[in-house]
Amino acid sequence: MSKVLNRSFEKYEKAEFGFWLYLMTDIILFASLFATYMILKNNVAGGETAAQLFDPKFALVETIILLLSSFTCGLAVLLLRFKNKAAGLAMLVATLLLGIAFISLELYEFTNLVNEGQSWQTSAFLSAFFTLVGTHGIHITIGIVWAVVMCVYLLKYGVTSNSLRKMTLFSLFWHFLDLVWIFIFTIVYLGAVL
Amino acid sequence: MSDWLQIMIGRISLDYLPSDPATIGAAIGMPLMVLGVVGALTYFKKWKWLWESWLTNLDAKKIGTMYIIVAILMLVRGGADAIMLRMQTAVAVGDAKGPFDADMFQQVVTAHGTLMIFFVAMGLVFGIINWVLPLMIGARDMAFPLLNSISFWLFAAGMVLNNFSLVFGGFSNGGWLGYPPLTELQYNPGPGVDYWIWSLQIAGVGSLMSGINFFVTIIKNRAPGMTFWKMPVFSWSVFVMSVLIMLAFPILTVTLTLLGLDRTMGMHFFTSDAGGNPMLYINLIWAWGHPEVYILVLPAFGIFSEVVATYSKKILFGYRTMVYALLAIMFLSFVVWQHHFFTMGAGANVNAFFGIMTMVIAIPTGVKIFNWLFTMYRGRIDFKAPMVWFLAFVFTFTIGGVTGVLMAVPALDFQVHNTMFLVAHFHNVIIGGVVFGLFAGITHWFPKIFGFKLYDKFGRWAATLWQIGFILAFIPLYILGLMGAVRRLDSYDDPSWQPFFIVSGIGVLVIATGVAAFLLQVGYSIWKRKELIDTTGDPWDGRTLEWSVPSPAPHYNFAVIPEVTERDEWWHRKQTGNTAYARKEYVDIWLPRNSAVGIYVAIAAGFMGFGIIWHIWWLVAIALLGLVVVVIKQTVNDDSEYQVTANELFHEDQKRSVV
Repeated sequence: MSKVLNRSFEKYEKAEFGFWLYLMTDIILFASLFATYMILKNNVAGGETAAQLFDPKFALVETIILLLSSFTCGLAVLLLRFKNKAAGLAMLVATLLLGIAFISLELYEFTNLVNEGQSWQTSAFLSAFFTLVGTHGIHITIGIVWAVVMCVYLLKYGVTSNSLRKMTLFSLFWHFLDLVWIFIFTIVYLGAVL
Repeated sequence: MSDWLQIMIGRISLDYLPSDPATIGAAIGMPLMVLGVVGALTYFKKWKWLWESWLTNLDAKKIGTMYIIVAILMLVRGGADAIMLRMQTAVAVGDAKGPFDADMFQQVVTAHGTLMIFFVAMGLVFGIINWVLPLMIGARDMAFPLLNSISFWLFAAGMVLNNFSLVFGGFSNGGWLGYPPLTELQYNPGPGVDYWIWSLQIAGVGSLMSGINFFVTIIKNRAPGMTFWKMPVFSWSVFVMSVLIMLAFPILTVTLTLLGLDRTMGMHFFTSDAGGNPMLYINLIWAWGHPEVYILVLPAFGIFSEVVATYSKKILFGYRTMVYALLAIMFLSFVVWQHHFFTMGAGANVNAFFGIMTMVIAIPTGVKIFNWLFTMYRGRIDFKAPMVWFLAFVFTFTIGGVTGVLMAVPALDFQVHNTMFLVAHFHNVIIGGVVFGLFAGITHWFPKIFGFKLYDKFGRWAATLWQIGFILAFIPLYILGLMGAVRRLDSYDDPSWQPFFIVSGIGVLVIATGVAAFLLQVGYSIWKRKELIDTTGDPWDGRTLEWSVPSPAPHYNFAVIPEVTERDEWWHRKQTGNTAYARKEYVDIWLPRNSAVGIYVAIAAGFMGFGIIWHIWWLVAIALLGLVVVVIKQTVNDDSEYQVTANELFHEDQKRSVV
């Protein structure tokens, strides 16, 4: 009995530690993209600048939605730990919907920019912008797919040590994306007007 | 109609079929070789065996063997490239033409560099780590056996893409690090650079996952009692290397992605117009590239630390300074990258900083060299092949180190930057350091994996021939570099250079005989395996835990996980006569089941890369979808292990120790 518990705990511990390390490497990835953005920020090639293009208020709405989703995600994990499956699932679905709202707003912003003739092909600055923010968006999309998988998994298998482990990893990922977004908000959107 | 065709096959056209004799030969030869292997497997009905015992097996030792087989194959191909290069420069003086035109020559240069670093050196390093790391720290396997298999298969997919370019489409001509703007669409519209990007990208993601895997393995899977200060130096070197991988490889991923976005999506990161900044690429790629050099060489240092102590029958001299040296190199390797482009206008102060930092790295490296020599001092040295490789290493690597310190002086670097002098320098450290180290390691640990030793005499021949060939091939390049010969030179006007190039060409052929001697050694040893059998499990009177298990090591490595009390635990146990386990010490264990997920992931990644290279977007979409499905299926799969009972383990162990 104790051996079985140990085995599952050991697996849990290793997976979580490995996932933390993966997040660290993802931080390096984003750091490289941030550095690229900072270096290319003023290379607008005669086009419009960040101050002319970006609306921090719009980004603030995105930020609030994402922060809220982080909150619901944290609640989901807590509720599941307390074996409250229904409420936990509800919070997970809320996270999922907020994530979809966020990515929709981002796509709306991207489409507007492209329609105004400000695409990633316009200047090095816009290449860097679309790549940095878009990479975060791709991560969010992966997170959304993951959340869907988690919902199905929880419905099928209930609250087990396996599902708790998977939820912990998912929430780590989601909070991490929130953190990266704070940097994007600060450096890209606030940085444009300050 | 043509629109439809373009959607279906992207930019594939018959123009991309190979046209010159060398590539046509390769384009016919390679598929024939593959067909031959497939035919032989079918004829001997070995598919099931191959699938179950090798391809889907998650045993780290088997994955390691697969890495090493791929790497040796690529060594032969990259070596053939090297021979072609030096044959060209031996004759192409003045109006005389070599066998290749300039573009083809640059493709061969690029293929040689890319293959040797990414698919030979990395493959051998990861192979040896998979062979030895879990055994050495008293673990059953890597922390994540499936992830390990995925890493290997991504490596294999990158290798296949890389070689496929030879058959169809041609390779990049932009050098092994593909500097823009030359590698931008404007100057390089063909698929070559895209092949380069995607073969490295796919293999690189695999390497990143390996780095995480090795790190968690060392942190979490060490045997009880093995504190960090009791860990063998090889494990320490892998520890430091995996930190470097985790910090450096994401930068490579970003850099290649940005270049790929420039080429595929029309972005402007590194273009010469619309505000692009090629220097940004050069900084990014070297911020990865310099640590990469240490990612390759540190495990080789680790191997020598084990080899020298074992064959000198002495405890390693200066264990703690060895570890501190590794840690110092770990830190310093991130603050020297700019020395790769002193000439590109960073200014005197920046150059001075990076020059000094580069010189400082020589100190920990020197500490290690002296520690190995002091380990040998007054030891009872057994000059087996690994020790011959070690001596060749000390000689070659030290020359490379000294020329490295020379080039760390910015003023001097302006003279020799991008000349043959540089080429000779980095071959000195990479062949002398990495390749010699890995051959020593393969020879040393071969019996632990296969149960029989490699025939020693041919190993000593191989080391000697490599050493002689190396001197002939690269010392002339130092002189040529000082005379002004630049690297990647396909022809030249000054006839006084020719004798040096001819000597260098002869040297490459001698190295080829060294490779042949190694292959002969392996072949001969397989033939004579009955005579070379290792019944003891400890053929070299070893010091660390891997020698405490029978040879070949069982798939679960240790029937009983050892309790560690000493740094050279196995040596200590032999001294105290404590080498067997009682029945009650055996417990039930869990092992990973076979899994084909790695293969599926690699196939999806390979097709995705192929689709992007040729602009076949439906293929990319299908491949991505496949990838998502495989990953999701794996995420929800909780049944990945099977149990081996204590009883079974005990009986199997008894059988083995009788033999």
